[in-house]
Amino acid sequence: MVGVPLWWRTTETYRAWLPVSQINELANMQLQLSADVEVVFARGTVTPEQQKKVPLTQTQDEEHTVDGDLIFKAWDHRFESPCGSLVVYVIPESSSLLPEDMDVYIGQRRTALLRIGAQMRVGRTVEQLLAHLEPRIKQVLQVMSFSHTDITAALSDRVRLSPGNKESIADSMRAFKSSPGYEITFSLLNPDPKSHRLHWDIEGAVQTYIQPLLTKLAPVANFSLDSQTLYYAMLGVNPRFDSSSSAYTLNSDSLAHVINPVEARLGSNAASSNPVLNFLLYVPDAHHSPLYIHDNKKQEVPSNAFHSPRWGGIMVYNVNGFYRPEAVLPVDININMAKVMGVFLAQLRLLLGVQSSTAPPGFLMAPCGSTGLADWELDRLMWSRSVENVATATTTITSLAQLLDQIGNIVINDNIAEQVSSAVTSLQLAVAELEAGNLGFALQYSKEAIMASERAFFDPSLLHLLYFPDDQKFAIYIPLFLPMCVPILLSLLKIVSEARQKRREKQAKKD
Amino acid sequence: MKILTFFSLFSTFLSANSINVEENAGQFFSSGHTNNWAVLVCTSRFWFNYRHVANTLSVYRSVKRLGIPDSHIVLMLADDMACNHRNPKPATVFSHKNMELNVYGDDVEVDYRGYEVTVENFLRVLTGRLPPSTPRSKRLLSDDRSNILIYLTGHGGNGFLKFQDSEEISNVELADAFEQMWQKRRYNELLFIIDTCQGASMYERFYSPNLMALASSQVGEDSLSHQPDLAIGVHLMDRYTFYLLEFLEDIHPASKANMKDLFKVCPKSQCVSTPGHRTDLFLRDPGSALITDFFGSVRKVEITMETINLTDLIKEAEQNPMNEKPQKVTYSYVDQLPVSEIIHQKPKQKDWHPPDGFILGLWTLILLVFFKTYGIKHLKHIF
Repeated sequence: MVGVPLWWRTTETYRAWLPVSQINELANMQLQLSADVEVVFARGTVTPEQQKKVPLTQTQDEEHTVDGDLIFKAWDHRFESPCGSLVVYVIPESSSLLPEDMDVYIGQRRTALLRIGAQMRVGRTVEQLLAHLEPRIKQVLQVMSFSHTDITAALSDRVRLSPGNKESIADSMRAFKSSPGYEITFSLLNPDPKSHRLHWDIEGAVQTYIQPLLTKLAPVANFSLDSQTLYYAMLGVNPRFDSSSSAYTLNSDSLAHVINPVEARLGSNAASSNPVLNFLLYVPDAHHSPLYIHDNKKQEVPSNAFHSPRWGGIMVYNVNGFYRPEAVLPVDININMAKVMGVFLAQLRLLLGVQSSTAPPGFLMAPCGSTGLADWELDRLMWSRSVENVATATTTITSLAQLLDQIGNIVINDNIAEQVSSAVTSLQLAVAELEAGNLGFALQYSKEAIMASERAFFDPSLLHLLYFPDDQKFAIYIPLFLPMCVPILLSLLKIVSEARQKRREKQAKKD
Repeated sequence: MKILTFFSLFSTFLSANSINVEENAGQFFSSGHTNNWAVLVCTSRFWFNYRHVANTLSVYRSVKRLGIPDSHIVLMLADDMACNHRNPKPATVFSHKNMELNVYGDDVEVDYRGYEVTVENFLRVLTGRLPPSTPRSKRLLSDDRSNILIYLTGHGGNGFLKFQDSEEISNVELADAFEQMWQKRRYNELLFIIDTCQGASMYERFYSPNLMALASSQVGEDSLSHQPDLAIGVHLMDRYTFYLLEFLEDIHPASKANMKDLFKVCPKSQCVSTPGHRTDLFLRDPGSALITDFFGSVRKVEITMETINLTDLIKEAEQNPMNEKPQKVTYSYVDQLPVSEIIHQKPKQKDWHPPDGFILGLWTLILLVFFKTYGIKHLKHIF
C-alpha cells in the first residue's frame, strides 16, 4: 500500500509547468501589421472646399490568406510619424518636380512624391479623388513598406511555398536567415607577393564606408568585423586567355568552383556560432593579369565581382595598370578602397536581405545615401525580420511543447520553463506592437522572443535519452515483482478463503 | 511652402547606377540548397574493427575531394587505427589491399575521437543541443538550406546500432532526432547512408520529409567485409563502402551523375547482401538529385551587377594629443616549467608510518586461525 505511491514518486521525472494553453493559442494567432501613412496634399491638387471634406483619418483593411493557415491583415492609415511610417506628398499634375514620364519619386527617407493623374482636375468630387488615389498609394506602399510577397517570403519557414515567383525564391535563398549577430570577414588574397606588395587601409575603409551601414542596421542585428590577408592563396580554377581582349577570363560556369578551395583556408571566429559573411578581394598574379569575369553572355562584368548566396562575395582587382613591365619587383600598390567597398557594400546589402526588386514602371528611385541604405529600405528589412522572427519563434515554441508532450520521459527544468514563458510573453508583446504599428518595439520584442525560444529549444538538458521502450520496462520489473507477487497473492487468497469459511461457520452457528 | 522641402530633397543628390539584378535562375531551381554538411560516424573500436574506420575515412576523403570543407564536416571516429600499436604502418589507414590507397591522408580533422563518440554526443550534434562551451568545429551549424549527408558504420542489428561496444542507438531515437531537426528546419534535404548488418532496419522508422536513405543490407542479412590484407592482418573495408568508394572516385565536382546511379552501387553479385534504399519521404524525384548535391559542395553564384558609388574620403584617424610619453608596455615570458630541476630532484624522503589497520587486522586473523587449529599451548613457545 505504501510501496506503490512511493515507487511512483521516485521514478517520475521532474517536469516544470509550461504554459501549454498559451502556446496553443500562439499557433492559431493572426498577425496584423499596420503601417502609418501620412498623405500631404500640395497646393493645387485639392480645392479649398474639398480640403474641408477630406476625412482626417481613414482605415483600410485588407485580408490576405497565406496557405489558409495563417491570415494577416494589413494597412491601417492614420495620421502619425517615424519608424515604419511613410509620408506621401501629392503634387499637381502640371508640376515640374518630376520628369515627364515618371509619376512617383521615392526618396531616401520614408517620403514619396506622387503626381496626381490628369483626369483629376479641379471639379471632381472628393470621393472620386480618393478612389483615384487609393490604388496608387497602395502601389507606393507595396514598394516602400511591405507587400504580400515580402511577407510570404518571410514566413517561408512555416509555410512551404508553392514555387511562385522565381525572384522571391532566389531572394529567400540568397539572404541570410534572421540571426542575433553576424560576423563579417574581409580577406585580401595575394597569390603573388613576389610581384606586388599590397597595401589596403581596411580599418579606415571599414570605418568610413561599412560602419555607417552597420550602425544603421544596429536594431536588426549585431555585427562583428575582422580582416585578414592570405598569401599564396590561388583560385581553384585556371582562367582562360582571351586573345580578343588580351586578358584572362573567368566565365560564369567556372565561378562555382572557385570558392571551395579558398574556403578551406579562411579561418573563422571559433567563439561564436553566428553566420559568417566572407568578402574576398583577389588580386591576380602577374602571369594572369588582367583577369576579368564574364557573365553567361560573354560580356565583361563591370564590377568584376560575384557573390554566393548565404556565403559572401569575391571581387577581382586588377593591378596591371599600376606598374610598368620594367618596374622593380615587388611593386608597392595602394588599393583604391572606395571602389572595392562600393562593390562589397552592394553585396552586403543583397546578402542581408535588402531586396533590390525592380521598381514598377513610372517609378523613380532616389539613390541610397552614403550609408548605403535608405530609411524605407531599413523599414522593409525590419518588417520582414519581425515577421520572420515571430514566425520562427512561434514554430519553435509550439514544436517544443509538442515534443515535450509526446515524450513523457524528458526532464523539464525550471530554467527551460522560464525561457518558454518569457518567449511566450515577448511573442504576445511583439504581435501587439506590430498591430499598433510600432516597428521598432516590435522588432525588439521579436528578437527577445527568438532568443528565449532558441535557448529553451536547444537547452542541453533536453535530451531524449530516457527512451524506454515498453518491452524493456517489462523486462526490468517482472523479475523483481513477479516472485514477490506470488506469496502476496497466495496469502490474499488464503485470507479470502478464511473469511469465507468464517462466514460459513457463522451461518452454520446461527442455523 | 511644401515645394521648398522638395528642393531640399534634391540637393543631396548622388550619382547612381541603375539597379538591374540578373540572376542565374536556372541553377537555383534544380535543388534548394546553398551549403552542404556531412556527419560521418564510425561507431566501433578495437583493432579488428579497422574496416569501419577505413569506411568512414574513405567517405570523408571523397566528400572533401568533392569540395565540402572541414568546417562543414563533423567526423566522429571511435578509435584511432592510424596510431594503434598493432598497425604495422603507423599513420596510415588503407582501404585497398597491398596498401594501394591511404585514406588517412595528410589533413584529416577528426572532431569527435575515441570515447567522445557516444550516442548522446551523436544525438546532441544532430539536434544542436550542445553545451555553450562546444567549439564551432564540433557543431552542426546547418540551416534550412543545407543538404546534409549522414554516414554511419559499425556493428548493428535489427533496429539498433552499437556504439563503442557498450551502448546502442535505436531506430526510433534516430527517427525522432531527424524529426526534431526538421522541426527546427536544420536541413533542406538529408541523405542517410548506413553500412552495418541489417542496416535497412535503421531507416524503417523515419517519418520526416525530405529524407533519403541507403543501407548496405536488408533486415536479416549481414553486411560482409571485403578484403583482408595479409600484412596488416585485418579486413580493410566493408564491401558496400568499398564499391561506393570506387563509384565516388569517378565523380568530380562538375559531374551530373544522379542518385539513381548511387542506388545501383554494389549489386547482390558483388555485395552478397542486398543493398536497400528508401525514397518515399524525398520530395524530389531521386533521378533529379545529383550526387554532388550531397557529396560535394557546388556553390551557387550570382554576378554582382550593382555597385554603390562612394565618394567620401577615408578620414585619417585622429591623433590624440598626448600629454605624457606613451608608457612602454613590457612583455615578459611566463615562467617556464623548471624541467631541469624536476629531472635532477632527489626523491623525497617519505616519513615512516606504523602499519595501518588493514595489515594489523590481517595479521590478527592469521594468528587467530593458527592458534585455533593448533591449540593455545603453542603460544608459550613464541613468547
